Amino acid sequence: MQATLTIVVDGLAYASWLFIVALGLTLVFGVLKILNIAHGSFYALGAYAAASFVGWGAALKWAPAFSLVAMLLAAVAVAAVVAPLTERGLLRFFYGRDEVLLVLVTYALFLILEDVTKLVWGTNPYFVSEPYALFGNVNLGVQTYVGYDFALMAMALVVGAAVWWGLNRTRHGKIVLAVIHSAEIASSMGVNVSRVYMLAFTIGIFLAGLGGAFTSPMISVVPGVSVGVIIVSFAVVIIGGLGSIEGAAIGAIIVGLARSLAVHLAPVAELFSIYIVMAIVLMFRPEGLFQRVQARKI
Amino acid sequence: MASTAHRAASYHRLAHSVIGAAALCLFGTTAQAQETFKLGIVSFLSGQAAESFGIPAVNGAKVVIEAFNAGKAPAPYNKVGFGGVKIEPIYVDENGGATKQVQELRNLYDREKVDAVLGYVGSGDCLAVAPVAEELKRFLILYDCGTPRIFEDNKFQYVFRTASHAAMDNVSLTRYLKAKNVKIDTFNMINQDYAWGQDSKKDFTWSMEKLFPSAKPGEDLLPKFGAGQYGTEISALMAKPADVTHSSLWGGDLQAFVLQAGPRGLFQRTQVVFSAADHVLPGLGEKMPNGVILGARGAYGLMSPKSPLNEWWWDLYNKAYNVYPVQAPYRMVQSLLGLKLAVEKAMAANGGKKPTPEQLAAALRNSEWESPAGTIRMALGDGHQAVQDTAIGKTRYDAAKKMVVLEDIMRFPADCVNPPPNMKSEEWIKAGFPGAKGCP
Repeated sequence: MQATLTIVVDGLAYASWLFIVALGLTLVFGVLKILNIAHGSFYALGAYAAASFVGWGAALKWAPAFSLVAMLLAAVAVAAVVAPLTERGLLRFFYGRDEVLLVLVTYALFLILEDVTKLVWGTNPYFVSEPYALFGNVNLGVQTYVGYDFALMAMALVVGAAVWWGLNRTRHGKIVLAVIHSAEIASSMGVNVSRVYMLAFTIGIFLAGLGGAFTSPMISVVPGVSVGVIIVSFAVVIIGGLGSIEGAAIGAIIVGLARSLAVHLAPVAELFSIYIVMAIVLMFRPEGLFQRVQARKI
Repeated sequence: MASTAHRAASYHRLAHSVIGAAALCLFGTTAQAQETFKLGIVSFLSGQAAESFGIPAVNGAKVVIEAFNAGKAPAPYNKVGFGGVKIEPIYVDENGGATKQVQELRNLYDREKVDAVLGYVGSGDCLAVAPVAEELKRFLILYDCGTPRIFEDNKFQYVFRTASHAAMDNVSLTRYLKAKNVKIDTFNMINQDYAWGQDSKKDFTWSMEKLFPSAKPGEDLLPKFGAGQYGTEISALMAKPADVTHSSLWGGDLQAFVLQAGPRGLFQRTQVVFSAADHVLPGLGEKMPNGVILGARGAYGLMSPKSPLNEWWWDLYNKAYNVYPVQAPYRMVQSLLGLKLAVEKAMAANGGKKPTPEQLAAALRNSEWESPAGTIRMALGDGHQAVQDTAIGKTRYDAAKKMVVLEDIMRFPADCVNPPPNMKSEEWIKAGFPGAKGCP
């Protein structure tokens, strides 16, 4: 019982972290049809910005609880500054071009942003571990968990629900869905597709930044943090189906639990576990678990 | 009018040509007089290894080369540059994988015409570039990477490593536990799933089998390099706590592990031992728990021996970067010091001219020199692989100094924790360390 509980809690904690990042990735793909390799860089920018914002908050003698607000503001700042610059200044020139070309463009962007973070923040590590202690510890049998892990799970639920509600229950969301279905027809119906693209991209980048910002208390923020997250996030969205919010959620849970099972029961297969699950899913559902069947345009 | 203008233009052209020729002669002569020793330095300038290893090492190279070129290093390293020839460093990023490094190495030799290359943190990169330098018959020093396989599985004429290989790290760690009478019935391990982590795990396990034969291995976790999230691994380590938990994690991975495991109480449930962790101490500060046993892959940083040379180096680095030097810059400086003496020895034998790769290799082979971390001896791999003393210590946060200090430091002579010549590390450890000398 204790072992099962531990595996589930560990799996869900990992899944919630992954989900926040993968949600942005899948949203950007769903709307803009871009496999955004630079998504990891926006995650890193969120982490670095959070380190700076929390540092400034501490210098201004803000109460420790305000560091959560500072981290949220960091994600907002990254989205507000970087997303319009990237989308308007670079990506829009490649819309409608081959998807492989867009992958290369975002890969180039990833490399550029790696250097940008080094130019702005240098190479020394940043630590923002204070928020990690804000929620105390939670004892579950022999295990002691940090309350922050459960706070992240709650945040993932809220973020997922908010994005789902925004897309399915609001007018703007329905417009975005219309663009996802067919940008051409949406445009002919008077939808400003460019604006939708920018909005979706900004939300996607905000989610990446949010993931980075709220991960920063658990890690040292150093060059290269962008690499690991992007690979696993791709696995999540491929399992769930590119462009599907529900898919990102289920994909993250599957990956989280598979990894947790492997670490606890067969550690040697930890690295392998995520990709074997992905391979099995793709064998039976090549388009991912939640990818809708798409009509072929003639 | 046209004719006058044409003549004026001709005079101008002539004047320019004369000035140009004079300038060419002047600068040509100056350039010839200022012959430099071109040194390719390869280290991680980007990516995950940059912060902990690549950049600190390059920072160390910059201040030391500056001191060499100004003739301001202490004797016997006080000649300007290398034997009077100023050093011209060319820095190359190691990030990007072994295939890229092979190409970059060829570029350094063939296009940049460097006289020597000194570099490489990654064991995979070292394994890839060493045969290339050998094939090209060009001089190469590996300054940091740890895998013993380079000189245990190969014979090279032009390739050297100026730091001990990784077997020393885990042998000394295990010897420390034995010397301190740490009770060990069980031990867990968490190491990255690539060459460094796998080799470290094996060396530690084999050493434990010899020094703690009744100790049973428990969890054997292998997270991927750069995982960042260790919640699940920490749960596994806490579910079956062992007397000792061993890890060779480093850099951002190690920092993340400490930050996540600390609040969960892992360090209170088990004696944690890190084989290569000194470099995270300045950054982590009070977040590093007390009582952690750790090594630095040599007698580096807070465990370095007192000597005038070490004091000079420590001050030089500390003043330049406002932080004390840790293992990577130490390994860089010991490499540069060895190279300097080898170049100067080879130049002396070559009538004061820059040496050929063969002359340089002959000068460094089986040589010995003093470094801030103690004596470096090219004793293994037919004189191509260094051995050195090492040290292990225990962490304690000193609130007055606002830094982590290391106490209970034990020093291990090179001959105690390195295999003898012509014996592979694995065979040596499994045979129970035959020929080990001077162990405390």
